[in-house]
Amino acid sequence: MDLIDTSPNLLLVLAIGVLFTTGVYLLLERSLTRVLIGFILIGNGANLLFLVAGGRAGGAPIIGDTDPADMSDPLPQAMVLTAIVITLALTAFVLAMAYRSWQLHGHDEVQDDLEDKRIVRIAAKNAPTYNDTDSEEDSESADEQAAEARDETERGTP
Amino acid sequence: MSEYTWLVPLPVVMPLFAAGLTLALYRHPRAQRVISVLALSLMVAVGVGLLFLADSGPVVVDIGGWAAPVGIDLVADRLSSLMLTVSSTVMLCVLLYSLGQGITDGDEAAPVSIYHPTYLVLAAGVSNAFLAGDLFNLYVGFEILLAASYVLLTLGGTGERIRAGSIYVIVALLSSIIFLVAIALVYAATGTVNLAQLAQRLPEIDPGVALVLQLLLLLAFGIKAAIFPLSAWLPDSYPTAPAPVTAVFAGLLTKVGVYAIMRTQTLLFTDGRLDTLLMWLALATMVIGILGAVAQSDIKRLLSFTLVSHIGYMLFGIALASQAGLGASIFYVAHHITVQTTLFLVVGLVERRGGSTSLDRLGGLAKIAPGLAILFFIPAMNLAGIPPLSGFLGKVGLLEAGVAQGTALAYTLVVGSVVTSLLTLYAIVKAWNKAFWQTPPEPLPDATLPGSMVGPTAALVGVGLLLTVVAGPLYSYSDRAAATMQDTSQYIDAVLGPDGRGEGDSTDSVPNPGIDNTPVPTPSGTPADDSSATTDGGDS
Repeated sequence: MDLIDTSPNLLLVLAIGVLFTTGVYLLLERSLTRVLIGFILIGNGANLLFLVAGGRAGGAPIIGDTDPADMSDPLPQAMVLTAIVITLALTAFVLAMAYRSWQLHGHDEVQDDLEDKRIVRIAAKNAPTYNDTDSEEDSESADEQAAEARDETERGTP
Repeated sequence: MSEYTWLVPLPVVMPLFAAGLTLALYRHPRAQRVISVLALSLMVAVGVGLLFLADSGPVVVDIGGWAAPVGIDLVADRLSSLMLTVSSTVMLCVLLYSLGQGITDGDEAAPVSIYHPTYLVLAAGVSNAFLAGDLFNLYVGFEILLAASYVLLTLGGTGERIRAGSIYVIVALLSSIIFLVAIALVYAATGTVNLAQLAQRLPEIDPGVALVLQLLLLLAFGIKAAIFPLSAWLPDSYPTAPAPVTAVFAGLLTKVGVYAIMRTQTLLFTDGRLDTLLMWLALATMVIGILGAVAQSDIKRLLSFTLVSHIGYMLFGIALASQAGLGASIFYVAHHITVQTTLFLVVGLVERRGGSTSLDRLGGLAKIAPGLAILFFIPAMNLAGIPPLSGFLGKVGLLEAGVAQGTALAYTLVVGSVVTSLLTLYAIVKAWNKAFWQTPPEPLPDATLPGSMVGPTAALVGVGLLLTVVAGPLYSYSDRAAATMQDTSQYIDAVLGPDGRGEGDSTDSVPNPGIDNTPVPTPSGTPADDSSATTDGGDS
């Protein structure tokens, strides 16, 4: 039996490449909105990848309408449709989260990992990682550190 | 057996239906509670039913009557039904706990009306991931549970939760994209996403391509399971959520990732080319995770790090790729879901009683709340693997399997496991000493623990002990589950049957896109699906 022609469309491949590179670039940004746009771009790149995976384009896959030999593969399209719906819902959620972050802090930047901040601080003073009752240093709970971790943008970090 | 196949979709359908119902009844909190508890109780019952059914072979349902590789199928084999039973039991206990908390606190500030629907959707997503018989359905299951988890983690939208939530959400989104890309490439390489058919076709494709696919899937699942280099998001995001939410996340979400790794490693990629890599990852996850736990001064964060660390044990069992290793790993997953959830619930109680989870502030709880001390002590010792509790049995099984392997790397892992176990004991005992024995630095606030929260916690501690009591049958069940997984032909035969098709419409070899099911002549070229080569001659 002859298999379907699966040699990829060069234009699609190029588009996927561009979408993924720009998407990865934006994902590395601090602002949640840009990260979201990066996610959308990569998501669309993945959707195009599905179209490439489905082989060459053809007629509508309806029996009686198209000769089965000329049909395009409907399964990747169904999967892309599902992925688009999921991406839409998650985009809405992340937008809401970015808006809430803006409401609370006046910006929508992704903050530093709490553990990273602690390590940096501990390394700076070369102190033990936790305070025993016999060491008389001031102790600070994770909650307080978390509260502090929020206002890093005010220090003008990149 | 076939007369009970209708049980299989219920763990997905029931909570989704209940979620819709609770959303519609958002003005009636009492009705919401009844519906949620009822739905999850039924899930436990169905899980137990499937546990027995699946013991005599995988139970398969072709959804909508479309035969397997064409339609979507749900498969409940021993592993799936064991996971399903344990997870639904845990979810029920956590729900009861959160109800107790909600009733006590009055919950004026938190939007409780969406808590129940979201929680039920999470349950549906977890079940769907466990039952999925097809890679894309697994993806959908992941997305359902992740979307629900985003909402639960950021419930209330306080600054701290938004901070932790944005890290969690972005990491999870990234892993989903990687998973999606992996699915697209799998489809491009094999022309199918059905797990059983993939098990047949993946060995036939170019080994290099198969390795890339395996690595991509491992990367996607590794982020969800919090395997070492991909685990940094977990200890930072989980502790900020409300106690019951953290408990259910810690117990279940990472285990779904572990389950997916188990499934793909045993069913799809049987050549074991990545086993050495998995061994190293397991070692790094165990040791680095527990070193993180040792350095913590907050119980919630400490437990999050032990969670990461103990994922290493499960990975160790998977990497051994022997029946003994897999069996021990499955047993360990069941044990760990229960014990980790219990500990987070107990920490919720500690926070309520002592007003903090910081070890620098707590103290003397053993004297003022002896019941709480017992509730903490039993699962804590279970986690550290003190005999005769189930954690000990699981670890011994893994160590035995490692020694049986006999390679230098396996012995390294055995030593690493023992060291990790001892360090877990150290971290846990440190927490115990500080929270329960030391003199409190300042007097603890006066608070009482509501019985409606202590009850479910005690019940879950009881479940943990029950796992120890029934360890014999449970261990042999996990071992049989591992045997089924090693013998992939059982899974493939159950799904595809002797003629390469499941039951239902389109049992002939014509790929029918699902518009109508009138038989048509076999076309010469079938879109990206060459199964007709092997199944020609099936009567239509």
